[in-house]
Amino acid sequence: MLKKLQAFAHGALVPVLVLILWEAGSRAGLFSEVLLPSPSAVAVKWWAYLLPTQDYVPGSGSYFTWLISGELLHDAYSSLYRVIVGFIIGAGLALPLGLVMGANNRIYDLFNPLVQILRPIPPIAYIPLAILWFGLGNPPSFFLIAIGAFFPVLMNTIAGVRHVDGIYLRAARNLGVNYWTMFTRVILPASTPYILAGVRIGIGTAFIVVIVSEMIAVNDGLGFRILEAREFMWSDKIIAGMITIGLLGLAIDTAVSRLNNHLLRWHRGLEH
Amino acid sequence: MSDILIKDVQKVFKTPGGDVTALKDINLTVKQGEFVCLLGPSGCGKSTLLNAVAGFQPPSAGEIVIEGKKILTPGPDRGMVFQEYALFPWMTVAQNIAFGLQIQKKEKAEIDLTVNQLLDLLHLKDFRDRFPKDLSGGMRQRVAIARVLALDSPIMLMDEPFGALDALTRRNLQDELLRIWEKLNKTILFVTHSIEESIYLADRIVVMTYRPGTIKRDQYVTMPRPRDPSSHEFNELKRELGRLVMEEQQRHAADELKLAAVD
Repeated sequence: MLKKLQAFAHGALVPVLVLILWEAGSRAGLFSEVLLPSPSAVAVKWWAYLLPTQDYVPGSGSYFTWLISGELLHDAYSSLYRVIVGFIIGAGLALPLGLVMGANNRIYDLFNPLVQILRPIPPIAYIPLAILWFGLGNPPSFFLIAIGAFFPVLMNTIAGVRHVDGIYLRAARNLGVNYWTMFTRVILPASTPYILAGVRIGIGTAFIVVIVSEMIAVNDGLGFRILEAREFMWSDKIIAGMITIGLLGLAIDTAVSRLNNHLLRWHRGLEH
Repeated sequence: MSDILIKDVQKVFKTPGGDVTALKDINLTVKQGEFVCLLGPSGCGKSTLLNAVAGFQPPSAGEIVIEGKKILTPGPDRGMVFQEYALFPWMTVAQNIAFGLQIQKKEKAEIDLTVNQLLDLLHLKDFRDRFPKDLSGGMRQRVAIARVLALDSPIMLMDEPFGALDALTRRNLQDELLRIWEKLNKTILFVTHSIEESIYLADRIVVMTYRPGTIKRDQYVTMPRPRDPSSHEFNELKRELGRLVMEEQQRHAADELKLAAVD
């Protein structure tokens, strides 16, 4: 317990020092209040952003609904929703394609040239097309996020299937498995370490893309909110939004990493 | 009767340096219930022969016949135990043992019964829900043996199964294997390069030559079990087989030197 506390204090040292210097600088008037507000001002704004915008009217609905009606939670929810839907579309297409590409050389040779041409195009370059094709609202975001998630999952799935140790295939053939069982019970689980590494990268990319995509076609979400705040020169709200983006990203990555640890609890390389 | 009939088997591997004849004119009949060791230095084709019987690499010429059927593909009638264990690391001990039965679409109750019996037989009860990574080498090989026994196949193929284990664990597992073999009346084809191991285990030791792999000696071992490795008879046979294996080992070593000289 004491060790944990010490480690925490050690890790907090630099961030706290930065905050203190920043706050002191602001109070001393070194930075413009408009361009770089003090951390305390950001904290106050963040709190206001989190709280409900209207007063609670008894009888108008449940207290809990009111409590989570603040702008920040709504934005965070909208962004998260887009990440999840876009990721499921992208990874949902990448996984089966990656599995067959990894398992079958002819299919690999068929699809690989196209994949190699499309892969270096950053998802952001699809923005004009996304708007042309899908107009405004969530669909272009889903499209862009799906593209962002697609390639990391695809490439890692292919690599995962190709790296399955031949000894497992031999053992399974000896036990009498057919092609389908080999795929679902041997090749797929044997490739999960690679696939899940791809999922983690894919979610990370999806999270970058969601923020960008919200700056173009929707009117809520964390990406939209910080761009909107710029129009009013609310730099405290911009920074509050950025911190929220950081926290949400950290939360997503932690959740995925926990899930990976659980799914890979059999894996040798893992400490937990 | 599930004898293994090996008739005029030949195996040629195509390599960039030309064809290599790994097996030549192999004729061997392994009787139902017999424990046969294939003995020889590395490169003598003993594993190639085992893989041919397993159906992983069918022979280039000749045939292998079991119960009237020519062997061309792997199958659960010939369970294989690998030196590298080859357990599925994402399955627990019990799941590994059950896997072969699930493939055969057995009833769940029947699978559970068999798995429990095998966990008992191989003293794995306390490890049923562990993953292979948490087990020692000896324990993993017990699971691999149980996985093959679950298939209830009349034939067990073993490719240097105890090669990676320390001496004590090795002896322990050899005794277990003999106990199981006597109890379940399996036919065992067992590849090893350990002379002592082959004498300790086998009814019959087939010594193979280095490239091309042929049968150099077909030696029956009649000593009653359990065999005492310090006995006179044991060591007499060990010396004799040691001489045969050493001749082949020297040809192997000479070959390697030649290759090194070319490089």
